[in-house]
Amino acid sequence: MNQEIHQILETVKDPEIPVLSLVDLGVITEVAVEGNNVLVKMTPTFVGCPAMDYMKAEVETALRQKGYQPNVEISFQKPWSSDLISEKGKAALKKYGLAPPPDNKLFTDLEILENAVCPRCNGTHTELRSPFGPTLCRSLHYCYTCREAFEQFKPL
Amino acid sequence: MSQALKELLYKMADDQLILGHRNSEWTGLGPLLEEDIAFSSMAQDKVGQSLALYTLLHTLGERDPDTVAFTRNANQFHNCILVELPNQEYDFSLIRHFLFDTAEALRFEALTTSSYEPLAQLARKIRGELRYHTLHANTWIKQLGSATPESISRLQKSLELAIPYALGIFETSPYETELINQQIFIGEAALQEKWIARIETVIGQTQLQVPDWKTITPVYGGRAGKHSEHLQPLLEEMSEVFRIDPTAEW
Repeated sequence: MNQEIHQILETVKDPEIPVLSLVDLGVITEVAVEGNNVLVKMTPTFVGCPAMDYMKAEVETALRQKGYQPNVEISFQKPWSSDLISEKGKAALKKYGLAPPPDNKLFTDLEILENAVCPRCNGTHTELRSPFGPTLCRSLHYCYTCREAFEQFKPL
Repeated sequence: MSQALKELLYKMADDQLILGHRNSEWTGLGPLLEEDIAFSSMAQDKVGQSLALYTLLHTLGERDPDTVAFTRNANQFHNCILVELPNQEYDFSLIRHFLFDTAEALRFEALTTSSYEPLAQLARKIRGELRYHTLHANTWIKQLGSATPESISRLQKSLELAIPYALGIFETSPYETELINQQIFIGEAALQEKWIARIETVIGQTQLQVPDWKTITPVYGGRAGKHSEHLQPLLEEMSEVFRIDPTAEW
């Protein structure tokens, strides 16, 4: 990705998780620059994600502010997977108090949700309380070690 | 191929939209906070998935998604009757969620290899999301299906009520052969077979009884626009804002 465009997109954050840029979230699937025109292809984390239009508008505004003519497309050509979250993104999630998603290679069965690692105390004696949380991309868990509820960014 | 494909996309999109609306009726009323959130989240998923399917239809020349979703009458909808039935008590909503989402997960699984590439792409995406829906359904069916005499008898009663409608999911279209020959979709009969096997596996782990399939008369009609009296009032409520002001944003 073009370095300057990359830096601009780094400034656009997930509105629900403000520590995570769209680049680190992995929803930017393609960027093509031609002179002043920038084509950005984005893909939603979940098809029903209500923040998609908002994020698209934020990308357009950020590019326009730097003098570019943006053309942002939503596409399912390269579908999003939680493995596309960068290592930097996963560390930011954990610091924010959200358990990062486990590697999809390990994720052959949803049983793995039962063993989410607590982002506070790193305890593994945890329980899945519900596969649905405050946003489509989070599940609810409970840690028996520190006796606190926590959320995990769902593997997909 | 166009008519056959459109018919397939319409019935899938309409199923997702109508059940999404029914799920959203649990918002604020769920028997537990977690269930309130679960049905609300599944509503959001389903309405979003219907939008993606209506958007595909729009690229095939149909009207824009909002117009298609909010301006048709009941007889122009192709959803199965199962999804339009009122929520009733939580046991019925849970059984419906289990029966429908099991079928939907298998349908999208089959569509991941569809020869119509835009649908295959979308199916590969939605398949992963639906795993959470079936996980949710299976967890509760297994738990409540073996819990107390009351939970077991309530679920059993709802299962018997819902099964004839659930078989209506697989009402065949006039285009089955075309869809199968062109490798767009495996067809309703093949899907139903997979569904019965999956339903029996989960129910087999509970104290619930699967009814004898041979004795059940499926309730058809939804795919051809013949609905129960429950769909039109649902549509009127769903499209109330749009009908007052089509340009309103909310």
